[in-house]
Amino acid sequence: MKEVVVLSGKGGTGKTSITGCFAVLARNKVLADCDVDAADLHLLLNPEARRTEEFWSGQSACIDENICNGCGLCEEICRFDAIRNLKVDPTACEGCGFCSRICPVEAISMLNNLAGHWYISDTKYGSLVHARLGIAQENSGKLVALVRQQARQLAEAAQHTSIITDGPPGIGCPVISSLSGADLALLVTEPTVSGIHDLERVIGVCRHFQVPATVCVNKYDINEEKASEIKQYCTNNGIQVAGEIPFDTSVNQAVTLGLPLVEYNDGPASRAVKQLWNNLEKFFQ
Amino acid sequence: MIISVASGKGGTGKTLVATSLALSLGNTCRVQLLDCDVEEPNDHLFIRPVITDRETVCIPVPKVDYNRCTFCGDCARICAYKAIAVVPKSVLVFDQLCHGCGACSYLCPEKAITEEGHEIGVVESGRANGIAFVQGRLTVGEAMATPVIRQVKTKIDHAATAILDVSPGTSCPVVEAVRDSDYCLLVTEPTPFGLHDLELAVLTVKQLGIPCGVIVNRAVPGEDMVQSYCSRENIPVMLEIPLDRDIARLYSNGQTLAEGMPQWQDRFKDVYTSITGAVHERSRCT
Repeated sequence: MKEVVVLSGKGGTGKTSITGCFAVLARNKVLADCDVDAADLHLLLNPEARRTEEFWSGQSACIDENICNGCGLCEEICRFDAIRNLKVDPTACEGCGFCSRICPVEAISMLNNLAGHWYISDTKYGSLVHARLGIAQENSGKLVALVRQQARQLAEAAQHTSIITDGPPGIGCPVISSLSGADLALLVTEPTVSGIHDLERVIGVCRHFQVPATVCVNKYDINEEKASEIKQYCTNNGIQVAGEIPFDTSVNQAVTLGLPLVEYNDGPASRAVKQLWNNLEKFFQ
Repeated sequence: MIISVASGKGGTGKTLVATSLALSLGNTCRVQLLDCDVEEPNDHLFIRPVITDRETVCIPVPKVDYNRCTFCGDCARICAYKAIAVVPKSVLVFDQLCHGCGACSYLCPEKAITEEGHEIGVVESGRANGIAFVQGRLTVGEAMATPVIRQVKTKIDHAATAILDVSPGTSCPVVEAVRDSDYCLLVTEPTPFGLHDLELAVLTVKQLGIPCGVIVNRAVPGEDMVQSYCSRENIPVMLEIPLDRDIARLYSNGQTLAEGMPQWQDRFKDVYTSITGAVHERSRCT
């Protein structure tokens, strides 16, 4: 079984639109949405949840005002500036528990956080594992790891050949959690100065975690000069360019209708995504 | 005054808005632009600052003095992040998991733990086109963005208008960056993805108690799902930037809207006027 994760560094380059197409084109697979704090894949795949679970993770400090003697030691030792005027800001608290351990009158308890939900859903195209991180919650990396673990179990049980994962933007905790141990990273970029800059950094993360990477240049014809800069960079760094997708207004039309592009029409972008998938499919064989 | 620029969904135009807002105000008031998207900082590509100061960001991680350690295992039990494991005759520290809370060193019964800095990024400061500039940069391979964001925010000049460019999403890096802002601009696009993530971003800033307004980027006549949502939720739409090939091309080459199409400067100044109005109104009420 092979796991491919779609990443980009920069947000908004087309990860979810492309993953949505792969959902249609790939056979024998499980889909996973690892962009847990702004998940969008469900808007294209129209899933019906067959299992919903709570995600309990981390803790927050809670001060009992009736016991607190106002000494202020907790405020002094908190490195996250999460206690101000003897009140805990749960959005700043990182749940280390230091305050609760040193409070001289034991006024601070640590409460478990309900940090979100995760789902196993049926879609027209197969099973989807996805999640929703609670508003202003942390531990997205742990929720990502959980989504991947569930996707893997499903794929193994059904003897599927692949897992296709829609990843988050950036290079930090949830990206590392989506990437580590995957078989291939598809890096979707765009021909802009930010697209190139962010691609270089996410390639660095793939190297660091020793995951092979391949690149797709989306909307390549918005700026062909920058597009060839990207291809040159990839050649110089021994990275394959698996696909190039032209700018096509039907991409947004398909999203607006809640359809994967390849189900919407057979226009230029749709054909390019199919070609991209053909190139990736070789990797699964 | 602190104005943060966030979005929920990535790639909606935060960088475009933050840089152009900063440059448009640059000749009328004291402005500071801080790039808090430390995973993928892009503002520097557009305003090309001269960097004059660079400091590393370290988080304190435990270091064990084996002359004192009795391998009792308290540190491993205390650590909420499972960053320490005690095995016979050795204490393993996983720097990448450590949040630097300091509990292990403070609570070690043998006083065998001190802290040493583990470098996770840099904060760079400089100037460009009359505005002060600060950016954070997380080291590739490091997981924790929030300490870098915290250090960027220590550079906020409270006598200036500080504009913070925030990372996409709604989780800890966004909360860390947006916290303590006087106003949050949410940049979105008129697609179901843009609207869905805008709704999450609105919930996040509301939870933080920060007033917000929306900028619709790549606006298309007739696609008014964002405007309808905003009017239902009573959120002001501060500006619409049309879907336009010339604007996309400017951006792709690393040029700001304020410089490439100077007629936009007045519109960004108007956005700023509306923000100051809303912030003053709010402070009068509370």
